[in-house]
This record gives sequence, C-alpha cells and structure tokens, in this order.
Amino acid sequence: MELLNSSLLEWSRAQFAMTAGYHWLFVPLTLGLGIIMSIVESIYVKTGDEKWKKAAKFWQLIFGINFAIGVATGIILEFQFGTNWSNYSWFVGDIFGAPLAIEGIVAFFLEATFISIMFFGWNRVGKKTHLASTWLTVGGATLSAYWILVANAWMQYPAGMAFNPETVRNEMVSFWSVALSPFAVNKFFHTVVSAWGLGAAFVSGVSAWYLIKNRNNDFALKSIKVSAIFGLVSFLLLAITGDGSAYQVAQKQPMKLAAMEGLYKGHEGAGLIAVGMLNPAKKAYDDNVDPYAFKIELPKMLSLMGYRNINAFVPGINDIVAGGYALPDGSIALSFEEKRSRGQKAIEALANFQEAKKAGLDSEAAQYEAVLRENYPYFGYGYLTDAHQLVPNVPLTFYSFHIMVIIGAYFILLFLVLCWYNCKKKIESTRWLQYVALWSIPLAYIAGQLGWVVAEVGRQPWTIQDVLPLQAAVSSLSAGNVIITFTLFALLFTALLIAEITIMVKQIKKGPED
Amino acid sequence: MTENTIANEKFNWFKMFWDGFMSMSTLGKTLWVVVIVKLIIMFAILKPFFFSDFLSSKDDKASYVSEELVDRSVSLPLSE
Ligand code: HEM
Repeated sequence: MELLNSSLLEWSRAQFAMTAGYHWLFVPLTLGLGIIMSIVESIYVKTGDEKWKKAAKFWQLIFGINFAIGVATGIILEFQFGTNWSNYSWFVGDIFGAPLAIEGIVAFFLEATFISIMFFGWNRVGKKTHLASTWLTVGGATLSAYWILVANAWMQYPAGMAFNPETVRNEMVSFWSVALSPFAVNKFFHTVVSAWGLGAAFVSGVSAWYLIKNRNNDFALKSIKVSAIFGLVSFLLLAITGDGSAYQVAQKQPMKLAAMEGLYKGHEGAGLIAVGMLNPAKKAYDDNVDPYAFKIELPKMLSLMGYRNINAFVPGINDIVAGGYALPDGSIALSFEEKRSRGQKAIEALANFQEAKKAGLDSEAAQYEAVLRENYPYFGYGYLTDAHQLVPNVPLTFYSFHIMVIIGAYFILLFLVLCWYNCKKKIESTRWLQYVALWSIPLAYIAGQLGWVVAEVGRQPWTIQDVLPLQAAVSSLSAGNVIITFTLFALLFTALLIAEITIMVKQIKKGPED
Repeated sequence: MTENTIANEKFNWFKMFWDGFMSMSTLGKTLWVVVIVKLIIMFAILKPFFFSDFLSSKDDKASYVSEELVDRSVSLPLSE
C-alpha cells in the first residue's frame, strides 16, 4: 500500500469541501427561485394580469441562467467517490447506488421535459399546462435534492442497512428505513427551506436594486410583495426545522452537538449559547482550559432542544470520551477506549472471517461473523489511535452554527419589516430598507454554507458515523494527484461562478422586458 | 431564452423544440455553449483522465477493500 499520509487526507477533504461548497452556491437558488417564479406565474394565471406574466418570465430567465450554469456540478462530487474515496464507495455500495440512481432518472426525465415547456412553451400550451410545467420543474429539482439528502443523512445516521462481510459492502435491508429515516426527512426540510429563504432574499434584494435605480418599480414592488411574505414564512420554518435538526443531531451525533455549543463538561438543564466567544487558548478537550472567553446563555434551552426536556443531561465532549452516563434509551454510554476495543474486535473478526471463508471453514466463518455483527456498531473506532481524533474542529463548528442561527434571526426581522412596509406601501420611498435588502443577499448564501460546515465538519472524523473514519475511507493515491485535481476543479468552478455572475448581472441590468 | 408566438396551434413536441432552438436569443445560445463546454470538460477530460475508478484495476475488489480495511486499523502500524 502506498503511504497513507496526512497530506493526502487533507487534500482529499479540501477537494470535496471545495466542490461541495461551490455546488451549494448554485442549488439553493434553483430551489428557492423556482418556488417564487412558480408563485408569480400562479398569480398571473389567477388574475390574468400581464404584468405578473412579465414578472414570472423575468424570474424564469434568471432561474434558467442559474440552472444552466449549475446543472451537473454535483456530478463532480460523485466522480470523487470512485477515485478519492474508493474504500468508502465500495463499503457503502447499494445504499448510495439506489437513491442516486433514482435521483439521476428523475432529474433527467422530469426536469428535461418540464423545463423545456417552461421556456419554449409559452403560447404553445394552455396557461394551466404551462403553469403545471413550471411547478413540476421545481418539483423535480426538489425531489432530486431529496434523494441526495437521503444519501447524506445515511452517512450521519446509517439506518436500514446491513453489512455483508463476504462482499465487504453494506446492503439495503429496508428501502423505507433509508428513504424515510427521521434524519433524512428533517435534513430535507431544513435544507430545502433554507434554499427557499435564499431565493426570497435574492428576489427581494434584486427587486430593491430596481427601486434604488428607480426603474421597473411596479415589477419590483410586485416581486417584493411575494418574496417578503415567502421569505418570512421560510425563515420561520427554518427556525422550526433547524430545531428539529438539532434534536436529531443530539440523538444520533452527540459529539457534533457538543462541538456546536463548545460544551466540554455536560450537565443537566444545559443552556443554549445565544452569543459567545470561545477561548482561543483551549487546544484540547483534556487541557483543563476554560472553553469560553464569554457567553450569554438561554437557560435550559439546549436540554430542551436536544432532548425535549428542560432538565435532560446533555453530554459534553469530555463525557462522550469518558462514557459512563445514561443514554436516553436507559443504557450506559461506553467510553472511547471500550468502543475502540470493540471496533478492533470487529475488524479482526472481519479479517478472520475472510480467511476462514477462503479456507472453506464455514462454521468458523459463521462464528467470526457473529463477533463482527455484535461489535459492528463501533467498527470505525478501530481506526482511531487516540481520543483526540474523535473531536471535530470545535471553533469552526461552534461559530458556523451560531452565525447561521444569528443570520436566520436577522432575516426573520428583515422580512417582518419588509412585510410591514409593504402593507403600508412604503417600500418604494424607504431608501435605507432597499439598501439593506440588497446587501443582505450574500448573508443568505453565507448562512447556507455555514449550515453545511456545521453538518459536515461537526461529524468529523466520520465519513459514516461510528463505522468508517476518513483514514479508512480514502484511496491510496499520491497527494500530488489530488492537488492537481483540486486545482482543476477550483479553476472550473471559478470560471462557472464568474460566468454566472457576469451573465446574471447583465440580464438583471437589462431588466424585465417591456 | 426564447418565446414562441405561434398561438392556437396543435401542440407538437418536435415543433416546440425545433422552433425554440431556431429562434434562440443570444443569451440562450451563450448558456448552451456554457453547458456543452462544461459537460465536455467534465466527461471528456476530467472523468477519463483524472477520475478513473480507483478499484477498477483490482481483480478482486472485495478482498482488496477488506485488506485495506484490516491493514489500516490501529492494531497494525499506520504510516504517517
Ligand atoms: C434559525 C435557526 C437555525 C437552526 C436552529 C439551525 C440548525 C441547524 C442544525 C442543527 C444543522 C445541522 C444538521 C445536521 O448536521 O444534520 C443545520 C444545518 C444546516 N442549516 Fe441550519 N439552522 C438554522 C438556520 C439556518 C439558516 C438561516 C440557514 C440558511 C439560510 C440554514 C441552512 C442550513 C443548511 C444548508 C444546513 C446543512 C444541511 C443540513 O444538515 O440540514 N440554517 N442547521
């Protein structure tokens, strides 16, 4: 085996993070703007007012630009599975295959069909058929997102699968447990609604720009009317679904929850940090340095959010390493050492199983398989040399989580103000609000990126929670190869982003057709 | 992109695409160029030359992965 060095691992991670981050610049606008353009067209069909039709066509054009430039950027993530994460790819086998295959077929047929009617079909099909195509375009895109999020959720909470030691693959035992796992369902709602929020922030901001320039005012006001209400609903739903995500994380990934809050020593009735700063001097979970520079807490809220009980015990990082506390199901949490020893047993049993099979010793193989199954939930711990590897990057997870939540609260306020000024018919004359709406667009993008940082950095070192850490998942390539592909991707995506911004800004400046 | 003004005609898929593509605006054409160039870079350059399937060269993929998984565990030394 070629040397598995830390540089290979870091570059492979950086490459995946960079491509996923770029991909997530395109996707949320497709999902969010998709709903808004469909609502605007629905109003046109209901009222017959040509001005709404003009607005719908303009937002569909912007949707088209984003769709064309962003489409297929996600496939690049799939390229990396087979090349850079081949052990992982083999190991997850079926679980990834099925959702992604469904996603591919659905995306191709639904979107290709309906998007072409949306663009080419005005005046060719009836108003209602056209409207249905518009809704189905965004419906198809949202359904695609569902399958991808199912795959992501499975890595965070591997439900509905069984490990087959003969093929060294996970095989699906229950499609529905995979497809409808509570982690997947919650992730879907939180992620999709975050895209709606971004779409609303985008439409409000771009419309505000027209008002600042004092042109296309009627179109801009109509668009803001829809986006302000839609934005308010979306960001309120985001807070609700975000709370659901935190609950799921507490149940299935307590280390991530502890990192999100910088919680080292757990306790009952734990508070949620509203505003806080970590102590930069804290370097390791066991260095006895106070983790916070300062914090303002909402008392008992973390226990309530994570366990739906204001007095529940929330384990901190040190507790999770040491074990010994009661889990929600009544059992006692194992220590890192215990989990690691079980993980090693599982891996050893896999090796012995394979040898016994090769030698045709079926009954011995069956015994090893039983040992493997018993210890499989801790399989991945057998790759960790010490407990520090179990702890994700706490500052990155902590700040990402808190800034995401603060931006969410900020948008609730902004959309409340926009709705209020819209009711009072004062948006057109309120210059500061127009500037605020315009300059808030990047914040929605930042919040979405930070959300993914929480979800993905917070679960390190696992590619599959508790079962497969990074160092077991990565392919034995040379780091040099990965640096080359990293650079190629960075160039390709940067070119696409420049194309997106240039074409979109040009089209926005041109404005809706008269 | 494009809009057709032929109203009240019987719907015809082929004609919709044909007319749509024939009367495409500069923006529509630019976007198609971006899409096609992107797909060519991805599927004709990146995938075959830089992203071959790592396991495709291994005869018995299952035993290769299983050896990797066993070799990398902590009971055996992990190289830096
Ligand atoms: C308002 C309060 C919010 C709360 C309590 C919250 C909570 C969370 C939590 C706990 C996660 C991690 C889920 C996981 O690891 O599976 C998450 C992820 C995420 N968040 Fe938020 N969030 C909030 C607001 C926002 C906002 C405003 C946005 C964007 C506009 C956003 C976008 C995302 C995204 C894209 C992810 C990654 C996908 C996922 O795991 O669901 N969130 N959020």
